[in-house]
Order: sequence, then C-alpha cells, then structure tokens
Amino acid sequence: MTGPLNIFDKPNSYIGRSVSRPEAQRLIEGRGQYVDDLQLPRMVHAAFARSPYAHAKIININKSEAEKLPGVVAIFDGADFVDHVSPYVGTLTHLQGLRSPPQMPLAIDTARWQGEPVVMVVAQSRAIAEDACALIDIEFEPLEAVCDAETALELDSPVIHDEYENNRAWERIVDSGNVDDAFARDDVTVVERTFNFARHTGVTLEPRASVVEFNPSENALTYHYSGQAPHMMQAILSKILNLHEENIRVIAKDVGGSFGIKIHLYGDELATAAAAKILKRPVKFVADRNESFVSDIHARDHRVKGRIAVAQSGEIAALEIDDLTGIGPYSMYPRSSGIECNQVLNLTGAPYAIENYRAKGTIVFQNKNMMCQYRAVGHPIAMAVADGLLESAAHEINMDVVEIRRKNLFRDNNYPVTTAAGMKLDDLSHQKALEKLVSFMDYDGLRKDQVGAREQGVYRGIGFVSMVEVTNPSPMFYGIGGAPISAQDGATVRLDAAGALHVSSSITEQGQGTNTIIAQIAAGVFGVDMDRVKVTTGDTATTPYGGGTWASRGAGIGGEAVLLASNALKEQVLEVAGVILQSSAENLDIEHGLVVDSENRTERISLGDLGKIVYYRGNELPSDVTPELIATRHFRVTDIPFVFTNGAMAAHVEVDIETGLVKVLDFWAVEDCGRVINPKLVDEQIRGGVVQGIGGAFYEECIYSDDGQLQNASMADYLVPMAAEMPDIHIAHIETPTKTSVLGAKGAGEAGTGGAPAALMNAVNDALRPLNTSIYQMPMTPQRILKAQGTV
Amino acid sequence: MGQTENITLTVNDEQVTESVPVRLNLVDFLRNNLGLTGSHVGCEHGVCGACTLEVDGVMVRGCLMLAVQADGSSITTIEGLGENQRAADLQDAFKRNNSLQCGYCTPGMMASALEYVETIRNPDRDAIREHLSGNYCRCTGYQSIVDAVLEVVEERAKR
Amino acid sequence: MKAADFAYEKPVDLASALDLLNDEDRDIQLLAGGQSLMPMMNFRLAQPELLIDLNGVDELNFIEEEGEVITIGAMARYSQLQASPIISQHVPLFTLALPHIAHAAVRNRGTIGGSVALADPAAEMPALLIALGATITVISKSAEREISARDFFIGIYETALGNGELVKSVTVPKAKKDNVYGFYELTRRHGDYAMAGVAIAAGSIDPVSDLKIVLFSVSDKPRRLKDAEAVLDGKDLDNADAHASVKRALTKFEFQGDLNADAKTKQHLAGVVIKRTLEGMV
Repeated sequence: MTGPLNIFDKPNSYIGRSVSRPEAQRLIEGRGQYVDDLQLPRMVHAAFARSPYAHAKIININKSEAEKLPGVVAIFDGADFVDHVSPYVGTLTHLQGLRSPPQMPLAIDTARWQGEPVVMVVAQSRAIAEDACALIDIEFEPLEAVCDAETALELDSPVIHDEYENNRAWERIVDSGNVDDAFARDDVTVVERTFNFARHTGVTLEPRASVVEFNPSENALTYHYSGQAPHMMQAILSKILNLHEENIRVIAKDVGGSFGIKIHLYGDELATAAAAKILKRPVKFVADRNESFVSDIHARDHRVKGRIAVAQSGEIAALEIDDLTGIGPYSMYPRSSGIECNQVLNLTGAPYAIENYRAKGTIVFQNKNMMCQYRAVGHPIAMAVADGLLESAAHEINMDVVEIRRKNLFRDNNYPVTTAAGMKLDDLSHQKALEKLVSFMDYDGLRKDQVGAREQGVYRGIGFVSMVEVTNPSPMFYGIGGAPISAQDGATVRLDAAGALHVSSSITEQGQGTNTIIAQIAAGVFGVDMDRVKVTTGDTATTPYGGGTWASRGAGIGGEAVLLASNALKEQVLEVAGVILQSSAENLDIEHGLVVDSENRTERISLGDLGKIVYYRGNELPSDVTPELIATRHFRVTDIPFVFTNGAMAAHVEVDIETGLVKVLDFWAVEDCGRVINPKLVDEQIRGGVVQGIGGAFYEECIYSDDGQLQNASMADYLVPMAAEMPDIHIAHIETPTKTSVLGAKGAGEAGTGGAPAALMNAVNDALRPLNTSIYQMPMTPQRILKAQGTV
Repeated sequence: MGQTENITLTVNDEQVTESVPVRLNLVDFLRNNLGLTGSHVGCEHGVCGACTLEVDGVMVRGCLMLAVQADGSSITTIEGLGENQRAADLQDAFKRNNSLQCGYCTPGMMASALEYVETIRNPDRDAIREHLSGNYCRCTGYQSIVDAVLEVVEERAKR
Repeated sequence: MKAADFAYEKPVDLASALDLLNDEDRDIQLLAGGQSLMPMMNFRLAQPELLIDLNGVDELNFIEEEGEVITIGAMARYSQLQASPIISQHVPLFTLALPHIAHAAVRNRGTIGGSVALADPAAEMPALLIALGATITVISKSAEREISARDFFIGIYETALGNGELVKSVTVPKAKKDNVYGFYELTRRHGDYAMAGVAIAAGSIDPVSDLKIVLFSVSDKPRRLKDAEAVLDGKDLDNADAHASVKRALTKFEFQGDLNADAKTKQHLAGVVIKRTLEGMV
C-alpha cells in the first residue's frame, strides 16, 4: 500500500519533527523581500490627507497650492475615484440583518472617523507627497461625534448614517434551554459581573504596504501585497476596479507580520490600486506608524454584562451574557465587522456542558476607526467572560477553580457534542488538558507558595482558562455569506527531471513557518529529503486557488491539500517506476529520493534517473504510457463549520498592590491542536500568541478622547509588549487528531492570544482576593488596579 | 527643491559617495539610495528598533539620524553582518531557536543582540531581556530570542 | 512620516555654531543626539527652518574632573556617561539612573545637553541635575552665563535659555563621603517615561541633612518636595512620621496627569516612589 496510513511512521517522515525553517537564513542575512523593498521604474509614492475630525462635513477641498509643488504627480479626492471604483458593502448574508452603507476609498462629503483618508497625493517621493498633503486646504464643518458605544443607541444620539434611523448595525440573540428558570432556582448561587475590553490594534512591525503596477497594453494589474489572502484580493480588486480576475496578479512575498490586520480592504490601498490604473505607472503606498494607528483595523472594544448560576455541586445551571460592541462607522469589507461579536456569542462557555444559555449581541456604529477581525477574533472576550464568571462563582461556593472546571468541562470520551450555542465539537480533550496542566505547573506547590507569599505581604495569584479555538473553518464562515473568500485550498506537487519536488500552495507565509510545514508534509508523504523540496506560496499566478493563511487554517486545510497531492503524485510516480522496473507499483515505495523495494527497502531507481527517462528519453517507455509527474489536489472541511481545538492555560502573577503593576511570573499552556507537524513552530505560535494576549491584558489600548480623537497614536504611547516584562512560557501538547482529514492537524495560531487574557485576569483577581476587590477591565493598567482597590 | 549635500562614508566595507537631501534619514538612505533593504522601517520615531544598525561601532536608530550626519562614518548593516561572519554564531542560534518569524524585526534585533554578546556578555536572562527591550517583536514573544542570545553568550565564554 | 524640509549646517567649532545661532529671523533648532528632536521632526511637530547640527563640535564633548566638581560637555552621550570612570566614581546618582533612561541604542546617541535643553517634564536628567544642585552653563555669541538647575527648568519644554543661547556644559558637585543618593521610577515598561519618578540626594542620611527630593514625570517640570525636605531634615528616616510628612507634603504639590496616570494616581505613586527610595537609602 502506498496509502496515507503509514505516512507518520515512514523512515523519512518529517511530520512531528522540529525542523528549522529554511527561509530563516535569508531573513537573518537581510535578504527578505518585503513590499517596501520594491523599487520599480517610474514608481511614484502616495500619501494621504486624513480627516482630523471624528465626524465632519467636507465643505471644500482646495488642492491648488499642493498641485504647484514640484514633484507632485496627481492629487485625487473622493469624487475623483467615482468613475473608477465601484462602491463596496461590508456585510455577509448569513449574519442576518447586519447592515452597513456602501464605502468608497476616500471620504466623500462627510468624514466619519479621525484618520479617514480624504485626499490622496501621488508624488515623486513620499516626502514630497507629505509636503503636498500639508498644503491641501480642506474645509471641514465638524459634526457631533458618536464615540461611546453605550450611548450610540440612545434616542438623542446623533445618527452617523442618514439612511438609517439609528446607529445599530446588527443584533443577534441566542437562547437555549430555559435560562430564566435556571437562574430562579433556589439552590444556585448567582454571580454577575460587567467586563470591559478596550480597543486595541495589531501593530504589525511592517506597516501595511502596497505597490501596484498597471500595464495598459494588457489591461493587467499587479498588486504587490503585504497580506494573507492573495486570491481574495484578486477577486475583490476585479470586482471593484472592473478588471477581469485573470488580469490581476497578487503577489505576497515576505510579510512583516499580519495577525489579521492585513486581510481587509483598506480605502488607502484601494486608492493606490486605482491610482496606478489611472496613472498607468507603479504606485507605492506604505502606511507610516501614525496612520497605521488611525487606519489599521482595531479590535475588541466590547462591554459584556454576564451572569452565571452555579449549584453547590459546582454544576453550571445557566449562563447569560449581553455583549455590546462598537465597530466604527462602517462594517469592514469583505469580512464584515460582525464576526467578533458573533464569535463572542458562539464561544462563551463553549468548553462547558451548559444547557441553559442566553446571549445577546449588539453592534453599533461609532465615529472611531473601523473594528474588524484580528488574531483570535472574539476568543479573548468569550474566554475571559466565561472563565471569569466561573472562577468568581467557584469562590462564592468555596470550590477550587480547577475542581469546578473538572465538573463542567465536556468529558473527553463523549464526543461529538453540540454546545448550548449550537457549536459542534469533536475530537477534543478538555479534561486531559486540564489534568496535564495541573501537574505540569505544580498547582499544589504554587498554592503553597501563594500562602507563604501572602504572609510576607506579597500578593501572588494563579488563574486558569479552559478554552476552545475556532480553526480550519469550512465555507460556513465566509463563503456562505457571499464573500469572495475561499475555504478550500489547493496544492500542486511536481517532480522535476533532477528528482526534486516543487510544491505550490494557496496558503501563505507570514512567518508562521507555512512554507516549512508544506515542505515537511510533501517530503515525508512523497519520500524525498526536505532540502529537495521547493515551495512557492503567495502568488495568484503560480499557485492553485485558495483562501490563504488566516483563522488558523493554513496547516489544517492547506497542509491536507499538500498531503493529498503528494500522495497522488507518489502513486503516479510509482506507476511509471513500475513500468520502467517491470515491477508492480504495489511492491515499490519512495524513500530519500529513491524508488525502493517496499519489502527489503533496497534501491531500484533514483527519482533523478526516473525523471530523466520521463522527460528526456521518453522513447524508452511504451507508447501507451503517458506519465504525469505532477498532481494537484484541493481540500476543504465539510460537514462541520469549524474544527475546534482546545487548550488549558494558567498564569502566575504578582501584583504590586501599592503601584498596581503586575509581573507575570510564569505562564503555562497545554494545547491540543491535533497532529503537531512541527512542535517547535507550534510552540512558538503559542508563545507569540500568549504575549499578544499579555499585551491585551495589561498594556494595549487605543485611547480615544470624548470627541473621537485617538490620543496615543505612536509607539511611545501605545504600549506593546517588550522583552523586559515578558515571562518565559511553558508549553505542552496533547494530540487528538481531527477525523476530518488524514493529516489530523488543527490550527494553533490564535490559542495563546485567545486564552491568555482570561487566565491573566483570573490570576490578578486571585491575587487581589484578600483585599476583597477585583478587576474585570482590560487592559488591567496600574491605575485601574489602584482604582479597583480604592487607593486612588 | 531643498538643500542637498555630498556625503562619503563606508558601508559594509565599501566606500560610498552620494548626494543626499539633508532631510533624508539614514535608514531611508541605506534602503532607497543604496538598495540595502535589510534595515527596516517600523515607526520612524525611534521606539520600535527595526532600523537599529551599527554606526562607528555603536548601535543606533537609523530613523533618528540624518544621512548627512553619517558623512565620514563607517556603517555595518545586516547585509554586512551576513557576509563578515562576525555574527555567524548568533545567526545560527537564531535559526536553531526559531528566534524569528516574520523576520521584520530581525535586522534590528540582531544588531542589539550582537552588541550584547560582544560588549555586555552577562549570561543572565533578565539582563538580556532588558538589553533587548528597545526592539519590538510582535511574533515570537521574545523567549526564543533570549534563548539564542544566552546560548551565544555561553558558547563565546567557553572559547 | 518624513521630516519637512529645512536648511542644514554642521559647524565644526562652537564659535561658528554660535554665529549661526545668532539669527533672530529664522526658526532654528539645534540637533544634538536627535533622540527627541528627530521623532518630532518626523512627525512634523517640529519644522525648523534651519537645523544646526552640533555633532561636529568636539569641544562640547567632554567629561572633566576639576577640584570639587565634574563638568560635562553638552554633547556627551548617555552611553559615554555610563562608561566613564569619572562619573561612576564621583556622580553615583547618574550611575543609579542612567540604565533607566530609554534603551541602549537611544543612550548611544542621546546627549546630556539635548535632554537639558529640551526640558521634557518626564525626562530623568533634569530631575537628577536639580537633586545634585547642578549648574548649567549656557553660552551665546556675546556672553556666557551659569544658571542653577533649579532655575533653568521653567515648564513643559520651557527653559531659561534665551535667544541665541545654547547649553554648553553641566557642572555637578562630586559626591562626598557621607552623601547618599536614591533614584526610583515606576514605568509600565522598562525604558518608558515614568508614571512617577524621584531623584533624592542627601548630605547625610543618619540623621538626614541637606535633603533634596525631586519628583519628575508628575508635573509640568521636575519639582522639589520642599515641605517634606524641611520636615525630614535632622530626623532619623526610620521615624514612622517620615512617610506621613511626605504624604502631607504631596497634598500641596501640583500634579498633572497623563495617559497612564491621572493626577490623583500620580500623587499616590509619588508617595510610593519616595517611600521606597528613602527605604533604599537607609
């Protein structure tokens, strides 16, 4: 058999091994190829004059001074693009009722957030373009801004869009079981909390960057893209710029971090493409850090009121949440800004067997930068709310926080199950993960240490989270709602005349190690050494069609396509080898670049020799043999909407109660992402994710004034996690492969970010418990911790 | 057009003479005029560390120095380190530990890490973390970078 | 985020720098280490017509020991101060504080004169100089004068520097045998501007004499907590009243909040940093 059953045990399998990333050498030597590194003949540079107001009428735009500046090539305002760009609407039909007005790349008549692009200048250099922006005189009439989501729906609130009667964008209610009766039970303890999650943003170190070329002779546009979804960009540029899809090539080489930031259509980037088409020459736009803060999508910004009812046994009798979130003035295109709230409703309490669950989600428009999907969409909120309530309830009934989880987590031997919100879960290991975590971290030892520390006046706390992560989404995520976003991915595997393997895949690399795991899978499944595998990703002209890398889907979906294609090619090669060797294909195998006897593993013919016969000396083959040394396969998840993973994490923190500063002493994560293809890379995904979660929990916040001005649009004032404050993070795995694929891999990219904030918040509250205070607001800043204590 | 000045400097052991606008900063000069795109631009206000490079033997922010100020100086960029073997062990340790993901912070991080292993050399994780605290990395969470620097400090101490 | 255009001059001696600076018609900025000015120029918050680069003026870069004082040229960089045996021997307060100023790559360029002339209320150096009773020597084409640090810093980015004047050097007294120093700041991340910080110098600590408590990053400029200094003078710091008197003094101090801490929080944190610093000095 050459089938997939033995691929994990083969002598030259790379699956499960911590292989170093081959492309690391290039990046370490400064030979990366990021978009801003591109210099093209006749290339010009874009800069944008942006609205200084959160909400204002644009009365007049005077470009005349700017136009006189030497080096200025063109100046566009919103109206200038009307004949070149079709409006786009960021809604999805399956988020029923979600509404948002059509958008255009630049504001027309009204600006609706501080930082919205109003005028585009194209010039010989970015510096000149900025000089020109300073000379453009835009007359604004400031309007009252809607900033606070809490008051956006009040009757006397200004309404952001004239075509709507109020600022509501979407509302959804989930109601399962009988929540009211459960809360009314006289044997339950009810805990009620309000959680606040500040806005934060991605702060990719490489800012958003585009270089767009247009070739009028072929009506063809090439988009050099720093992003995660080349085929999505191809489809939407086709639609919006009215070009045939096949005439648009999207190339994503090295991407300096993305995390969901670079997976949306931004007005300034669309304007860059439109300008290249109009000017018929390459245009570069690289957002500077200041404009990144006011225009890269923001995330979170949720206020959740939650309550939980638990019986004395620890059983969760009911859970109810009410989530309110503000998304800025529009729903982002094409993924919409409805997904995070939807995820909060879907995922809160999802690890637990809960019968009675009610959740209400309300999304409002506001005059702030747009909010959309960013790493771990909705997860940090859902996990912090459920596990924050659960740990509070445990203390109310005097039960250990691990014990209450043991009682409520779904049993490992009982899958598949459906959660109260209707999520289908399979192949999970919550109980096992929790037990592994408890022994891994030495929970009992830490509790003893905590008691000792408190006697010394040191306030340490331990907090947990049990979590699920949405990975490997099926077409039910976006495609079903009408978005041009593929849920399937393809891989083409080709054997060359020298016996090397060439793989092209529609998933993309932003540093996770996508190209490495593609090579690992292909090398192992097909049977060559890894250094004989060349991987191509990030180019719509040369890769099969597919979704890209987001929603923790690369390895699970793209990886499976590579596996299937590699396996198919192997069968095709062995068929040819069988003819050459006059042997049955079943008696042959491929190992280390050689066709071997499947029984005694001795060499029969090298792949190089086989390739040369096929490509150069076809005369040696019977004329009815038509070898195909190339195979393409595609894969998508069917039958279920998502392949969930699970994890259990714990944080150990020390709160300086005098200053409110928190030191994260240690962090542990036990993760079950199914089959682990490369343990090192998975661990590093989780570590990086946890640190992003630490950012959300303690540091990161887009601080707005009451009139909608972002107060901290610099890296000196918006605090990202830096090396000095971060802990070492300890990781362990459980491997429960998903049955949806042969590979069995689930996603791992977002777990850390999704889970860490909950564990950290619980740990801080555990530390503060002797002071009879608590905090449910992120980031948990020193000032907020001091205010929670009543110190200030 | 604004004022320009002629500058002559040594970049990665090669002498360079260029005419530069006085407002051009050093990292833009290296990237755009010399094609040395290994140094990256992350914030242009001296906080992120992506443009950190070596001028006359010390690590500086390339966005906070003007190109015209580099007249007469000697500069080593990540491309130079790739060729002169001075950081070969550090580069290997970065690869081994997966101390980079997207790679965008790596040139600046490598410059700061090199300064540490060459001049500070304290085999202490907290001291390493403190020294690297002016270089932002969004991907790794820093632990693998600290691991790599510590390994090199310990290896070099044995030599 | 590219700087607006400007004219650039790089004088090679102090006299030429002062000649260039002696021009009331032009908006002139002096470029020292550039670690604060360059970001402001990149943000276009600073748009000088003429930028005078002092990095070629070697006579401004020195650290000298003379009698009972140490004189430091305006262009001495933080990393030079950190590496200087003169500083480590005679100015222990600098040794305590320098590692907390920004990050290594910034200290490699940033200068003492630049920090003094900028007068950022959140910066450490102005507070250190007030605590040390330093003198700042400023010079113009026509005159040179000495200003005590306590008179030099006037407000947010505001100093006693007049038109045509630049900071030439900073003179600090050498530490004497009984002198005790303390430095402490509370930052959310290493190298950040502080939520509250303090530099303390004492002629002696047991009992306390000649005490200077200088708070920074809590107000419009570094300010001494004179009420508390007076109360503590001559006392034993283990005295339980010490902290109470500091707290009382803080109620009369004018705090100004920022994004990380409002005025009330700063007042509380100021008490914490003083308490912890004094404890460390005993």
